[in-house]
Order: sequence, then structure tokens, then C-alpha cells
Amino acid sequence: MSLNRKDLLGIEHLDEKDLQIVLDSVKPFKSLFTRSVKKAPTLIGKTVVTLFYEPSTRTRTSFEIAAKRLSADIVNVAINTSSVVKGENLIDTGKTLEAMKADYIIIRHYLAGAPDILARNLNASVINAGDGFHEHPTQGLLDLYTIYEKKKKIKGLKILLVGDILHSRVAKSNIWALTKMGAEVSVAGPPTLIPAGIENLGVKVYYELDEAVKEADIINILRIQLERQQENLFPSVREYVELYQLTKERLAMAKSGVLIMHPGPMNRGIEISSDVADSSNALINEQVTNGIAVRMAILYLLRPKRKNAGSN
Amino acid sequence: MRVQIKNIRIIDPSQAKDLIGDIFIEDGKIVSKPLGSPDKIIDGKLKIAVPGLIDVHAHLRVPGNEGKETIYTGTHSAAKGGITTVFCMPNTNPVVDNAPTVEFILLKAQKEGLINVFPIGCATKGSQGVELSEIGVLKKAGIIAVSDDGKPISNAQIMRRTLEYTKMFKLPVISHSEDKELSKNGVMNEGENSTILGLKGIPKQAEEVMVSRDIMLAELTGGHLHIAHVSTAGSVDLIRQAKNKGIKVTAETCPHYFTLTDDIVKIYDANTKMNPPLREQKDIDAIKQGLADGIIDCIATDHAPHTDEEKNVEFDLAPFGIIGFETMLSLVLNELVDKGVLSLSDAIAKMTFNPARIFGLKGRGALKDESIADITIIDPKYFYEFKKENIVSKSKNSPFIGRKFKGGAVMTIVAGAVVWQA
Repeated sequence: MSLNRKDLLGIEHLDEKDLQIVLDSVKPFKSLFTRSVKKAPTLIGKTVVTLFYEPSTRTRTSFEIAAKRLSADIVNVAINTSSVVKGENLIDTGKTLEAMKADYIIIRHYLAGAPDILARNLNASVINAGDGFHEHPTQGLLDLYTIYEKKKKIKGLKILLVGDILHSRVAKSNIWALTKMGAEVSVAGPPTLIPAGIENLGVKVYYELDEAVKEADIINILRIQLERQQENLFPSVREYVELYQLTKERLAMAKSGVLIMHPGPMNRGIEISSDVADSSNALINEQVTNGIAVRMAILYLLRPKRKNAGSN
Repeated sequence: MRVQIKNIRIIDPSQAKDLIGDIFIEDGKIVSKPLGSPDKIIDGKLKIAVPGLIDVHAHLRVPGNEGKETIYTGTHSAAKGGITTVFCMPNTNPVVDNAPTVEFILLKAQKEGLINVFPIGCATKGSQGVELSEIGVLKKAGIIAVSDDGKPISNAQIMRRTLEYTKMFKLPVISHSEDKELSKNGVMNEGENSTILGLKGIPKQAEEVMVSRDIMLAELTGGHLHIAHVSTAGSVDLIRQAKNKGIKVTAETCPHYFTLTDDIVKIYDANTKMNPPLREQKDIDAIKQGLADGIIDCIATDHAPHTDEEKNVEFDLAPFGIIGFETMLSLVLNELVDKGVLSLSDAIAKMTFNPARIFGLKGRGALKDESIADITIIDPKYFYEFKKENIVSKSKNSPFIGRKFKGGAVMTIVAGAVVWQA
């Protein structure tokens, strides 16, 4: 099985069949986690580099563990200590890593499209670990898998994304993945944080959270960046909490058995109340665990293409 | 020097002329009858002679940014595109807010330029939008218009004064209409594509808000407002209304705004990044209609060279702008004339007669007796692919690389001298 592609830049470019391939591939990797030896030889002799232009603990660690469990050699490039501070441009940085025979480059960048630019200039597989406000495809896939694992299907499910849709690459990747698989996706947030033309992606828009939660099977709460307040996108954290925090009371308006997700890191007491985050409805820790298995699957599924490039 | 162009289709919109005949040039001017036998004969069979193209909006980058373009490379690039006269924007380093800089550009153009260069001066000192520049002094030094181009005057009072003060010099005020707060941090058109790409959008209203403000100020002052690079349907509407009211407003658009939509930004190629940004199909349709109705008077390039090093980076980090000299005429022919938007004569008028009339260029933009012999010769059957390696401009930042064209300039004549030939 293969995704028949070199890079994973965004879920926009995948189709339903690709997504099903990913979903079907995760389980064997996840089953490793409960064994005493959590390692497979899949990527032995391969070099994986993480190139992170933005701070990240969760995603980078998740990729690192995923690569290690596949027996790859992994190197982390932290950007504040690299030659980027000396003015090296993105393509040259990528070419340098490729000259060191990196097979996979996992890039996180604060600007949209940076992985695309890298991918078309390199032979290595480029995996987007989040680029600006564009996409975070592995997060989208792990969210998709987490839902699939619980519900055994995606088609027909009602999924609500809450918060800062405008600046959320997680929302974008979720929307692509879920709508392509036949789910009904809606978003809720203040109009200032809803991006232009989002309805054209097949998404329903709510401004009132109380209204939006009623029908949802799954509620995915997005992190709110506090600095958005300075851009006048909402007047105060207090008002945001009042209007959009997912609380026990709001949860009571939703279907019983509604599942709660959050890509992390959470602002407890801001976009989500602690009791909801810690409730039995929450899948937040499962998302993290699944993240590793999904990333292993992605490293595996992009690999066959690399064989053609002539290693081993 | 006496030149005769024989058996050529002559299109001169200034006198609604379209016939096959001969053009006689005597010492750099067009004459109705030759005074003797020619020193040089050019065979014009199956070709078309039009007045030399006038590009009212370009960046030649001199002084200060010679890494992107020089007068030498820029005017060669323009000549290749059939352009015989270019107006260059003042956002150089230093900016063109003083007579010595105007004189420097004119001197450079004389020494290494292939075509006519007319500098545009800054409307305000340092293009800071705070104090008027010495427009009278600049006019004397040779400017053709004033503009703060990419740094539009945000203060309405200063814009009012600019439109008022320039009246005595009969200098148009060129407005790059953009509300910088509405467009802040934006890098492409705001809409579905910016949402999908995760790039910050520039709403069309960032342009339209300023177009309406400037039209109102033109109405208030009676000054001559020229709207640069119209990119939206809304702007076309506003200019239409203004013209109907008799307000002294003229406008230009650029080939990319009637050819490309923001769909091509999709691979984050910074050669699709310019300001204003590429819009949507309905804007293209309205711009074409505006051209057909005479609402948009001119077609200009907004030739904005940037190096590969500057462009081949993350989309947000790349500068705005694309080159345009070498593709304008072919895009006009293929996108407007071949598609039936404009007749060939009307299309040519927007690059010759109209610019000359609007900016008061005497003796150019026409092929009349006594006109300066700036002539562009078009081969309507000139098939070619626009290839990066054939670009003459010092910079290669064009979204049209790889595009195949039918029809283009095959010879460019400035004051009777052939300066470029395919």
C-alpha cells in the first residue's frame, strides 16, 4: 500500500481513497504500542530530519517517536541554532539537508506554503508539520483516525469545529479530511475569525455556540491565540470565554455521548473548561497517542516512492 | 536619414486610420511625402505598423536597485515588447522627489536607454504622504506626472492638496489606490483561495475604498486623477460613475488583471504575487467590459522587476510585482483582440493615443504628418513561446513563462531608428 506520492503537503491534495488507505494503515502500527518491544524495522537505515521554524513540543516529539519506532535515524534541526539565523534561505537549507542524505524532511513553518516550496525543490519526501494558516495534515489525519476509531465510520457524522477558524491550520486540514470522507462539518466562532469563502468548502457557519453544539456528534475545540485580541478580532478574553468556551452547561445542550477533541496545547479555562477537558467525553489523550501511529503510517506510506529513487 | 516602410497595414487610432500603404520617415519624423529616395527600405508586407507603444506605468529601478533592472536592460526589454516610451515610477532609492534625481534618470536614459523615458515624480517628499514635494521644480526637470505609487497618500487632506496644486502644471496625479490598513499583511486576493492557501487576503474593497475617496477629491478639486492598475469590478463601476458625472478621472489596467485569476497562486509561486493582487473571473469580465466601454483608458505593464533570489522564497516574504514589458502586446492581442473584447485599433489606442492624450505627450502616440517616428511593427502571425532564457529584462519574474503567444512586436523604431528587431 502506498499514497503514491513523495510528499504530504496538505489534505487538500488527497482523495477519499487516499484517506481510506491512511485509516487502514494505522492499526498495525498502533498495535505495536502495547508490545514490550515497540519498534518495527520499516525505516531502518533511513534518515528523517525535523526542520522546525516554530516552537512545538507535541508535534515534533510525536514525529520523533514515530520515526524511532520505525527504526529510522532522526535528527532535529532547531532553527534558532542553525544557519538560518545567518540568513540562509529555505531552499538552501533544504538542499543542505538533502546533501546529507536526508530521506524525509518534516517541516513546521510559520509561513503558509513553505513545505510546498521545499517539496518542489528537493527529492526528499517533505512532510508538512504545520505551515502558517494553511494546513497541518498529520493533525487532520490523526483527528480523522481518532473519530474513525471511535465511531467506526466518518460518513454522515456531524462534526463541529469551534474557535479561531481563520488562523487555524488544524481546522483547514480537518475540514478537508472530514468533508472528503462524507462528514457534515460546521464551524462556530465570531465572524471576525471565520475566513472568507469557507462555505464554499462545504462547511456550515454558526456564530452562536449554543446553537451549534446541538446537532454535533463530535466537537473539536481549537486553541485561541491570546494575541488575536490586539488585532481587534475579539474585544477581550472575558467576552470570548463568555461566548465560546465549551462548558459543562453547553455540553448539556449537546447530544449525550458527544465526543470532545482538542489539538492542544489547551488553554484551560479559556476555550475549554477544565471539567469538560477532563470528562469522559474527551478524546484529547487518545489524539496524542494516535498521533504517533498516524505519523508512523504516513512515514510508511510515503516511503515506497522513495525506493524508486534508488536506495537499497 | 530617410526611411520608407513599404506595403504595411497602418493602424493609427488618432486619425481612425486603417489602410495598407507606406510610411515615410525624414530625420526622425513622419512625413506624408518623401523628399527624396530612401536611405533604408523596410518591407512591411503582412505586418502592421502602429504608433510606438507608450507604457504609462513601469519600474526601471534606477537609481538604487540596479540589481533588479537598469535603464539599459529595462529599455531593451521594453523595446523587445514594442514599447517606445515608458513612464518610470519614482519609488527608487533615493526617491524621485528632487530635480537632480529626475535629471540623473534622464541622463542615464540618454546614455544607455534604447527608448524614451519619462520619469514620474513623487507627489510628496520622500513619498511619505506628509508634505507636498516641489512639484513645480520637478515639472521643470522633466516629470510627466506625480505619484507616490506603492505608498498611497493615506491622508485625504494631503491628497486633496496634491490634486489641487498639480492643476496649475496640468500634471495628472496617479493613484495606486489602496487602503493600507485594509490590506495590512495581505499577500493575495481575499477569498476562497486565500482561505485554502492560508495566506492573508487583501479584500477588493482595499482598492475600491481609495478609488472612491480619490474620485470624490478629484470632484472637489477639479484635479486630474489617474487610477493606476485597476483590478476589481467595483473599481470599474466607480470610475464609470465618475466619468458619467464628468469628473476628471482616467484609468489604466494591466494585462495580468484581464488574463489571470488568483487560482494560479495555488502553488505558492511568488511570480503570481503583485499588488493589487490577481482577483477573480468576475473582475476580469468587468475589466474587459470597462476596456470595451472606454471606462479604462490605458493598458500599462506595471513592470516590476525583482531578482530570482528575492522571489524564490516563502510567498509572504517575496516582494510584490512582475515584469511586463515583453508580454504586454501579445497578451493584449491574444486576450482582448482575438477574444473580441476590443478591435485591434481600439486596443492599440489604449497603448498609444490615449496615454499620449492623457499625459500630454506631444508628437507621440500617432502616425500623423510631423509625428515623431516612434513606430511598432507587429507581426500578427508571430508564434512564439515566452521562455525564461529569452527574457531581456534583468529580472525574470513573470507568471507568463511557458505561455505560447500568437502575434507580437517584430520591430521597434524610435525617432526613425530601428532599435530592436526580432
